[in-house]
Amino acid sequence: MRDLKVTPIRNGTVIDHIPSGRALKVLKVLGISGEGTSTVSVLMHVPSKQRGTKDIVKIEDRELLPKELNKIALIAPQATINIIRNYNVAEKHTVALPERVVGILKCENPNCISNAREPIESVFLVRSQVPLRVRCQYCDRELEDVVAHVL
Amino acid sequence: MGDFKGRDVLSIADFSRKDIEFILKAAKKMVPIARGERASRSLEGKVLAVLFYEPSTRTRLGFESAMKRLGGSTVGFADPMGSSVAKGETLADTIRIVESYSDAIVLRHPQEGAARLAADFTDKPVINAGDGAGQHPTQTLLDLYTIWDERGTLDGTRIALVGDLKYGRTVHSLTYALSNFDVDLTFVAPAGLQMPKEVVEHVRELGLPLSMTEDLEKVVPDVDVLYVTRIQKERFPDPQEYAKVAGSYRIDLEVLRNARKGLIVLHPLPRTTEIATDVDRTPHARYFEQAFNGVPVRMALLSMVLGGAA
Repeated sequence: MRDLKVTPIRNGTVIDHIPSGRALKVLKVLGISGEGTSTVSVLMHVPSKQRGTKDIVKIEDRELLPKELNKIALIAPQATINIIRNYNVAEKHTVALPERVVGILKCENPNCISNAREPIESVFLVRSQVPLRVRCQYCDRELEDVVAHVL
Repeated sequence: MGDFKGRDVLSIADFSRKDIEFILKAAKKMVPIARGERASRSLEGKVLAVLFYEPSTRTRLGFESAMKRLGGSTVGFADPMGSSVAKGETLADTIRIVESYSDAIVLRHPQEGAARLAADFTDKPVINAGDGAGQHPTQTLLDLYTIWDERGTLDGTRIALVGDLKYGRTVHSLTYALSNFDVDLTFVAPAGLQMPKEVVEHVRELGLPLSMTEDLEKVVPDVDVLYVTRIQKERFPDPQEYAKVAGSYRIDLEVLRNARKGLIVLHPLPRTTEIATDVDRTPHARYFEQAFNGVPVRMALLSMVLGGAA
């Protein structure tokens, strides 16, 4: 066990191939704030054959739903999701962006109505996946830096 | 007309070429009523809510006049102070209340996206009368109407947009709307205030003839329409630089010396010094007609979204 920093999980979800340094953003997008009871492991800057280093997130006893997976596409478009059951990979998914991204991003236009005290969630329309381009449904402005505007 | 009943008017981008032509023709039929030469009761019994969260005389009075000329009535406010807004009510709540008092809602608001938010909270049609630096579709429609009415068509028109093209929302919307037609565009602006890249790209992608220049005088002899906008002082850190630029984009008799006979000069108004008052008396001036055209255009829209007959 000496060389294993984090042990395999029995049941739950492993999010692999997250761009290095973005694991905490992934947790944020998934609404994992530390208040729950399941064990969550975060590995950052793990050596990777493909791209130098990567981040990995392991969430025990929780299987992510497709809707949740797609949120991850905003910050980790190359991520792979493994659903683990009894130590085995039961399902393997890649992520895909939905056409509308609701309640995840904050508009960077300070004068946009979505930043006012109104009972609405932000809505962004995905204009292109690569490169990632999203436009605010309210003020029509494109987000210049998507990762920096994850709520 | 069935297409338009109950429809929101939020952005000019929501309108196709066919839609625009339909509205322009409907507006033309409204002119005698807008002038008070003929009476209409087509919207009798209908109530239009006119909510202005920031002042705008022309747009507000244009909508109120349009509704009343068609026999309808209006409720609303010209200034949010003194209304529930001043007590901190959200726009969403105001809209939910006002929809129960009216058949359609006209909204002017200082924040971008406000009209779209309003439309999310009501099934009644919402007409955007300007949202911050965002959209102002009825201004664009009245601009298009003025050119179309003068020339009988928009196709084949050579149009120069002059002034602050970077920050002026009217010129952006107008460019998008005009690019539905076979027009020849020239963007005339000082360095640093030229049309934003995405607008230029849009025109180029459609393959329309487009040129960009700083030299107004060179452009004047070759165009049918000069659409002039204000250059705002606050865009320049140096007042002397502003004075120089503002002076070189001023339309006066000298600039119009080489103009074609049929050239028309438009301006969304209010103007400051960018069009000399001498120009008002020339056959080129159309900006006052343009302001009047806001009434028949808004009448056509109201009639269409509220389902009244013309």
